[in-house]
Amino acid sequence: MIRAIRSASPATDAAVIQRLLAVGLLAGLLAGLAVAALQNVTTTPLILAAEVYETAAEQAHAGGEAHQHEHAAEPAWEPAPGLQRTAATSVATSVTAVGYAFVLLALMLLSGETIEPKRAALWGACAFASTGLATSLGLAPELPGSAAGDLAARQLWWIGTAAATGAGLFAVLRVERPLVKALGAALILAPHLIGAPQPPAPESTAPAELAARFAAASLAIHAITWILVGAAVGFVWRHLSTKTSAEAAA
Amino acid sequence: MTTKTLSAAAILSASRLEILRAALVVFTLGAGLVYLAGFSYASVAHNAAHDSRHSLGFPCH
Repeated sequence: MIRAIRSASPATDAAVIQRLLAVGLLAGLLAGLAVAALQNVTTTPLILAAEVYETAAEQAHAGGEAHQHEHAAEPAWEPAPGLQRTAATSVATSVTAVGYAFVLLALMLLSGETIEPKRAALWGACAFASTGLATSLGLAPELPGSAAGDLAARQLWWIGTAAATGAGLFAVLRVERPLVKALGAALILAPHLIGAPQPPAPESTAPAELAARFAAASLAIHAITWILVGAAVGFVWRHLSTKTSAEAAA
Repeated sequence: MTTKTLSAAAILSASRLEILRAALVVFTLGAGLVYLAGFSYASVAHNAAHDSRHSLGFPCH
């Protein structure tokens, strides 16, 4: 009998994981492809425009000097301009959206939350506040050609800020004890007291007007991504729930 | 027709513990995908995801 329980458990685990993965994959792809289409007409044209300024600045800086050492190593694969680059961006955005869908679904289940479209979209809005608004306060969305601090340090600050803000929001919004709420507020504030890694000087090869438009567009895209991911997780979950009810009734 | 919301346990026909275990696995996978698309240092991942990273606010370059 013990053996029967032991052998049954991994099979159930795999089945549960499989269903969760199916929900996240479908929801993430729906949201990701919609966002990829939006990026194509919002942020990507601004990135391409900024690269024209970046390349011009690099060429002016290099002047007539020989800089063969930079090109000594075999250059890594990069997508060709046009369709291939658009496809690569769409794939990357979809991978991010599926990843976000898995994370959102897992966190909602871990906290015992009822999953339905409106509530999942609200979780998406809180996730945007964490990975989008809080991180932008220290590291504004940037165009190619803008000065920036050390990459690893920025990535660490970004991850820490997103995690601290998310945990802080959960404590403030979902825990009743005042002490926990206060700790949550402290968690939201802490990354900004520590401060994000900044470049020595706020320089950019792209015009300020372009950078400002990009920062606004990027935040809007970021918000749309999370809210669509949340709503899609809710809708796919509801579909699964309806199917289960129908099967149970049959 | 009933409009009662089914619990996650009913929908997945699994115990609470099984759901928590599965959620942890799915969370780890999700974090891995976000790392690959948004943070990985591998040149191919960076070059393919370049415009997406800038657009979605990940630190880049």
